[in-house]
Amino acid sequence: MIQYFVKRLVMAIPVMFFVAVFVFLLLRLTPGDPAVIIAGDQATQSQLETIRSNLGLDEPLLGQFVTWMGNLLQGDFGVSLISQQPVIELIGQRVGPTLSLAVVAMAMTLVMALPLGVMAAWRHGRLLDRAVMIFSVLGFSVPVFVTGYVLIAIFAVHFQLFPVQGYKPLSEGLGPFLHRIFLPALALASIYIALVSRMTRASMLEILQEDYVRTARAKGLGEKIVLFRHALRNAAIPILTIVGTGFAMLISGVVVTESVFNVPGLGRLVVDAVLARDYPLIQAIILLTAGLYVLINLLIDLSYALTDPRVRYQ
Amino acid sequence: MTLSAASVLAPRQRRGLPFRRPHWLTTLAVLVLVIIIITGILAPLLAPFEPTELNSMMRLKPSDTTHWMGTDSYGRDMFSRVLYGARISLLVGFGTAIGCLAVGMPLGLISGWFPWADGVLMRIMDGLMAIPGILLAIAVVALTKAGLVTVIIAIMLPEIPQVVRLVRSRVIAIRSEAYVEAARLLGTSSTRIIWRHLLPSTFGPMIVQGTYIYAAAILTEAALSFLGVGIGTETPTWGNIMAEGRLYFAINPWLVFWPAIVLSLCILSINILGDALRDSLDPKMKSRR
Repeated sequence: MIQYFVKRLVMAIPVMFFVAVFVFLLLRLTPGDPAVIIAGDQATQSQLETIRSNLGLDEPLLGQFVTWMGNLLQGDFGVSLISQQPVIELIGQRVGPTLSLAVVAMAMTLVMALPLGVMAAWRHGRLLDRAVMIFSVLGFSVPVFVTGYVLIAIFAVHFQLFPVQGYKPLSEGLGPFLHRIFLPALALASIYIALVSRMTRASMLEILQEDYVRTARAKGLGEKIVLFRHALRNAAIPILTIVGTGFAMLISGVVVTESVFNVPGLGRLVVDAVLARDYPLIQAIILLTAGLYVLINLLIDLSYALTDPRVRYQ
Repeated sequence: MTLSAASVLAPRQRRGLPFRRPHWLTTLAVLVLVIIIITGILAPLLAPFEPTELNSMMRLKPSDTTHWMGTDSYGRDMFSRVLYGARISLLVGFGTAIGCLAVGMPLGLISGWFPWADGVLMRIMDGLMAIPGILLAIAVVALTKAGLVTVIIAIMLPEIPQVVRLVRSRVIAIRSEAYVEAARLLGTSSTRIIWRHLLPSTFGPMIVQGTYIYAAAILTEAALSFLGVGIGTETPTWGNIMAEGRLYFAINPWLVFWPAIVLSLCILSINILGDALRDSLDPKMKSRR
């Protein structure tokens, strides 16, 4: 077990290293002077100098990389070019809304997508199955921001059940928090529900043909127990995998959803950073989200190993 | 995956037809796509107005017989703008899909065939996959002037790993097939084996993957334009028509919904077409649908 853990951990290191190299080279290898790219065409000479020294652009490439990497490993992600604050502080201020949005959307997904997928597989080829599949293709095809606006038009403007935009942190009470986060989370969850219910259905279809499912039915267990206790558990690995790899998609969705619903989170921060060409901030956000992605997938892998001994010996 | 006796014995297709008669939904999807593509190409002939023609007397008008989809906040005809928007979206989708396959297929073949290249290449691909697509695209666009080519490259980057992984898994699966082993034992060079045996066997899955990338690229382009970091607002695209429309959402939500409907129909059709192609090119996947 420990051996497996160490092996997976060691495999994650080069991945993160390549992410860092890539993010580093993205700025340096873009055609043109990076300082001019960041400051814009009208920048004065002194502005350019400040940016160059700030990012260490006047040193040789390898030297720059070593310094930059060293700082990263000490948790120093640099200073925002616009506000001159450490970027890590700026990110810290915005993490709350984004995290809440992601967690609520994830909860909605699990509550809705798992039963939908299981039922679709159970009623394979029937009306319910078709309905779930149509819903899932729709989920893939309608952009998150369109789903967002449809939800706003129906539930906020027409029925006036929810506010059009805005965000309240959990510290101001559960009621106001849920009231404001419900629509954005649902919009964000729509694509994820499509993905997870489709995977659940596919995985369940395969498992339901296994001998032990027939055995369970033959010994007279109720369908609910067969489906949710015997089959779903064994169908879990591909489902968990797609939840993990779908995390990158979730973050992409967050960026757009926050913009639609005016949620002051990381997504808005990154769009503002791009419009202001605040490169250290963009860099840090990419590195941190990629790190989170690697971490989540590592944890998911380890959870397989914990629950399913077969994985450890592969 | 189990094969029932019926599915083995029943002829999968009628003799003489290279494919089965498509499902009505697939036919409909192809029809919608063809209409969108043709109207996009013929936009200069079909559009009743210039997409950038301002008319301060006609601002924010609802749909009527002259302006089928109404007018936007500058009095521009929405229908003409949506028609022209199709051109950019379809072009971006096409460019991205071709670009991804052109870059991803060689990398996948190398990674699957040469074990020495596999480790490093796959870690790089894992790294690329770890970065959320929109963030990566945003960063690329931020560093360069947002033009058609930049946007295509920006959307391509996060999609490439999928292609590489798919080709690689295909190569690994058939590497130990008897005919490949035989070719190897006869002393056929790696290049020739890759070119003659491995490459053709990836075509089926790649066509399918290409359609999915096409759909994903149109979605990402729309999202980029929507966030204001896509192709400049002087060129109408579905994304930036919606981005401008959202400011007037409370007055006329159709400024967002018209382009949204066309965009979603387009993506939906591509996805349905992709599923149908997968079923006929890759029958093993069928039971998973």
